Amino acid sequence: MRVTVKLFARLRDIAGSPELARDVAPGATIGSVWRELAREFPELARYERSISSAVNTDYARMDHVLSDGDEVAFLPPVSGG
Amino acid sequence: MTPALLAIGRGELNLEAVVGALSGAAPGADGAVVTFLGLVRNHNAGRSVRYLEYEAYEPLALKAFERIASEIRERWPSARLALHHRIGRLDVGEASVAIAARSPHRGDAYAACRYAIERVKQIAPIWKREFFEGGDVWIEGATADPDDDRARAEAERAACV
Repeated sequence: MRVTVKLFARLRDIAGSPELARDVAPGATIGSVWRELAREFPELARYERSISSAVNTDYARMDHVLSDGDEVAFLPPVSGG
Repeated sequence: MTPALLAIGRGELNLEAVVGALSGAAPGADGAVVTFLGLVRNHNAGRSVRYLEYEAYEPLALKAFERIASEIRERWPSARLALHHRIGRLDVGEASVAIAARSPHRGDAYAACRYAIERVKQIAPIWKREFFEGGDVWIEGATADPDDDRARAEAERAACV
């Protein structure tokens, strides 16, 4: 199945793109997508403990199981205001 | 047309819009409106700031604002919130966030207004990139976790001092 990955701020700079399409196996979680990305872009690894994640524009935990067509977002620590 | 209660956009912010957004309901019952305007400062962490660029994950940021408004209804049932955040390039002195809180009594309006800005900084998926003399850097503050009760309690403490 296929998911869309959205990246913001510094994470986007590291990956060089705001949006990536990824093929994942059934049963894939947000966490497994993240680990795959961190292998692809090793600079992401240091964000492991500080990122938040969302699925289909709602906050979700790393153990959330993904469905085909989901939009997964990885968010570095926020700095609005 | 009444301005939206909660909004993200690229246009200049002003307090009239957030105050106006709250003018509809219960016009005679409220005794206080407290407003907050967050401005781009010309210095940060020893650096001379030239300008900031804000970006947001807009649909989730609006949901975060809705969540903040609902937390305020829970904690200060008589208070209501309007919150506008600007994204894009902002020069020194420009407003990045405008907040108004309205309630029958000033205590709740002050508390709700302060609580809102503390929660924006904790859970809204918005980021600023600082362009300073000699370089630029993404500012990274809090790990956004709306279910972190400790952070929520911290915002409530700040609101109620």
